[in-house]
Amino acid sequence: MSDHAGNASGSHPGTGTYLAIAAVLLIITIVEVGVFYVPAFKPILAPVLLTLSGVKFSLVVMFYMHLKFDHALFRMIFTLPLLLALGVAIALMFLFGAFGLRH
Amino acid sequence: MTPAAAHYTSTGLDNKKLAFWAFIGSECLLFGSLISTYLVYKGRSVSGPTPHEILNIPVTSVSTFDLLMSSLAMVLALAAVSRGDKVWARFWLGTTAFLGLVFLGFQYYEFTSFVREGLTIKTNLFGSTFFTLTGTHGAHVAVGVLLLLTLLVRSFQGKLGPEKAINVEVTGLYWHFVDVVWIVIFTVVYLIQ
Amino acid sequence: MATATQLSAPHDSGRSGLWSWITTTDHKRIGILYGVSAFVFFLIGGLEALFIRLQLARPDNTLVSAETFNQLFTMHGTTMVFLAIMPLSAAFFNYIVPLQIGARDVAFPRLNAFSYWVFLLGGLFLNASFLVGAAPNGGWFGYVNLTSRQYSPGLNIDFWVLGLLVLGIASLAAGFNFIVTIINLRAPGMRMMRLPVFTWMTLITQIIVVTAFPVITVGLVFLMFDRFFGTTFYSLAAGGDLLLWQHLFWLFGHPEVYILILPAMGIVSEVLPTFSRKPLFGYAVVVYSGALIGFMGWGVWAHHMFAVGLGPIADSVFGATTMLIAIPTGVKIFNWLATMWGGQVRFTTAMLFAMGFIAMFVIGGLSGVMHSNPPADLQQTDTYFVVAHLHYVLFGGAIQGLFAGIYYWFPKMTGRLLNEKLGKVHFWVTFLGMNLAFFPMHFIGLLGMPRRIYTYRPELGVETMNLVSTIGAHIIAVALLVFIYNVWRSWRRGEVAGNDPWEGATLEWTIPSPPPDYNFTVIPEVVSRLPRWSVTQMKAIPDVPPEPIHVPGGSYWPVVAALGIIGMATGAVAYALWIVLLSGAVLIFSIYRWAFEPFEG
Repeated sequence: MSDHAGNASGSHPGTGTYLAIAAVLLIITIVEVGVFYVPAFKPILAPVLLTLSGVKFSLVVMFYMHLKFDHALFRMIFTLPLLLALGVAIALMFLFGAFGLRH
Repeated sequence: MTPAAAHYTSTGLDNKKLAFWAFIGSECLLFGSLISTYLVYKGRSVSGPTPHEILNIPVTSVSTFDLLMSSLAMVLALAAVSRGDKVWARFWLGTTAFLGLVFLGFQYYEFTSFVREGLTIKTNLFGSTFFTLTGTHGAHVAVGVLLLLTLLVRSFQGKLGPEKAINVEVTGLYWHFVDVVWIVIFTVVYLIQ
Repeated sequence: MATATQLSAPHDSGRSGLWSWITTTDHKRIGILYGVSAFVFFLIGGLEALFIRLQLARPDNTLVSAETFNQLFTMHGTTMVFLAIMPLSAAFFNYIVPLQIGARDVAFPRLNAFSYWVFLLGGLFLNASFLVGAAPNGGWFGYVNLTSRQYSPGLNIDFWVLGLLVLGIASLAAGFNFIVTIINLRAPGMRMMRLPVFTWMTLITQIIVVTAFPVITVGLVFLMFDRFFGTTFYSLAAGGDLLLWQHLFWLFGHPEVYILILPAMGIVSEVLPTFSRKPLFGYAVVVYSGALIGFMGWGVWAHHMFAVGLGPIADSVFGATTMLIAIPTGVKIFNWLATMWGGQVRFTTAMLFAMGFIAMFVIGGLSGVMHSNPPADLQQTDTYFVVAHLHYVLFGGAIQGLFAGIYYWFPKMTGRLLNEKLGKVHFWVTFLGMNLAFFPMHFIGLLGMPRRIYTYRPELGVETMNLVSTIGAHIIAVALLVFIYNVWRSWRRGEVAGNDPWEGATLEWTIPSPPPDYNFTVIPEVVSRLPRWSVTQMKAIPDVPPEPIHVPGGSYWPVVAALGIIGMATGAVAYALWIVLLSGAVLIFSIYRWAFEPFEG
């Protein structure tokens, strides 16, 4: 149990939680790869995979990087640039015609 | 009351940790730009191998598992250092570094087989964007391995007690972030073709 | 020792000499290093401007060749943006922010020194290109595929790409440093909404830096890879899109102009209240506007691309966002005016430059809003109309704001006041010169003279106005000579300033001029936003520290690391891999030594 400043708030996940999360990450990855190979999923491949990997992303960030339990300032410092990067990516995709928008 | 000079902070949060999170925020824009470029150029190569022809999903899945497990090893390393458990700290730090090296090994194998199959960084848009994106990620992994090995050496030198846990924590933040970027790359480059 | 008679340049007698400056980690010294270096680069950029103006003073002129002219305007722009305005702002970030928040130094003093040395070496590297006759010549914005290897085979663009990558490292490092410093090293009671506006603007600027610089880093890396390794990022033949560069560049480039202006706005927000003897009107609104500008600045970048054929939807969106961003900017203007209204205004030189900022920035803002309309911009873009706009906001705005800061804080840094009579001459001659230089450019541009051309025909009818503009530029130069003389004279022989020559409100005026190494004898406890003006006075700061204060010594690893970085750039431009690798090894080695040396930050 670390006791330095920054972990003061909230509970601290134990080894059990970490192992459980690792198991979840593994399972989701297997599902993702499975979905990739199942032809029936082809039309909804992108949204399904993005959702699944979004879950993996959140789990690692919130639990392994401890963001769920840490001071809100850290959440802000991470989320703002993350949303910015997402916004930039989406804007660029629009501007390069990725969504088929004839502008 | 005069606050103690060296360790007083306005928020009660550690300077190094704050700096590393700001750095991670910045890296979101770095990888965001690289990934955006990959996405924008997807399907526009006029010649040369395409993702469908050359990407090896089974092999890459294994390396993805490997990196995810390395994140587990990392949090266990931090927990061990924080409770002063030298033996397990060294074990988990070493394991994380080892898994990182395995990932790099997979990447080396992937890069060399692609080159053999006719895809280099110069071949086409796919080659340029793929190698630059994944290569940048790989370079980050390599730096992470260096950081981990440094921590391991410090531990063997008896200089990685619980009071130094912050160094392991920020290395962990870096390592997990690199893992998280790979989650995005694996999905966006390999699985969504 | 903190006595009123400490008048020498700010260092203790035991810390003098070249080596102490090379190894310094003291934010005040680093601030002075930035300021002096930036000013020298500013003069170099100014010389480049004078040559440009001399060449354009007459149609069909032959003072310089087209090739030389391309190098001149490229280096003028690159120098002014990256080597003059940004580091001049950094001089104030470094010197003043820790003082304003009641800290002894920044969060990472060695990283701070590192930033400076990387900047200096990067600036020298860029200018070294002149020595090999290959100064960058593709414009400060380096559009592909002109800057691709095919059309720019020489070293010019290699210098540019590598130089900017190096400078980016310096800015990023400083960005992280100041974000942590401002959030975490504030004195007790210094809540965020009690921060001086200059410190707030610094924080917002650094947030923009650490988010925008990665984008241009990626764009530059793509160009570097294309040029060095034959990748296809900007290759038409391979199906690449030249607009990718423009998007990546301007995604950085637009936030960059807010990096250039927000610090100056912060300075103006300090100077105006002091010399109106009245608190800033609408402090919270000014802070929020600054934050809004920083955030909205991410949504307007393609207004630099209205002429490339983005299509009506993209054009409309970016036109609208650009118009919207005028709102928080305008709000600040009104708050500044309201600050002065009803105040007891003292027309010191600093105040004149701050007021000059408002006037000139409004003019620049008006031409800016004219650009925001895509159809109108089709006529204005790539003409001197844009050159007029950018110089009104960057010279009339940023530079005047920085001069206000120099006149305001020079006494704090040196213990002596700059001469006010000479200062007023400097101001008025600058005011005359700048308007003569840049106002005609509005007309020159609308009459059809493009940017970045080395000559023009007499038939265009812009001969006289070009000549007037050239004269104006030289008048600016004269004003600068007056300023330089003022600095040289006042540094050692100016009127003694004391702690607080202006009756300022903020913490930096509570300590001696120049401050002792440790800044504050005791860390102050702040009880209001305007510590020196509020009715509830904070506890007085003792003259002498109650217990000895340990100030960290210097370190040479930041310099060595910086040398490693510039070595890698030099090796790259010389196409010598062994130099790159050796320098990389030096860099890694110095980082390890830096990490493990005993240093009490």
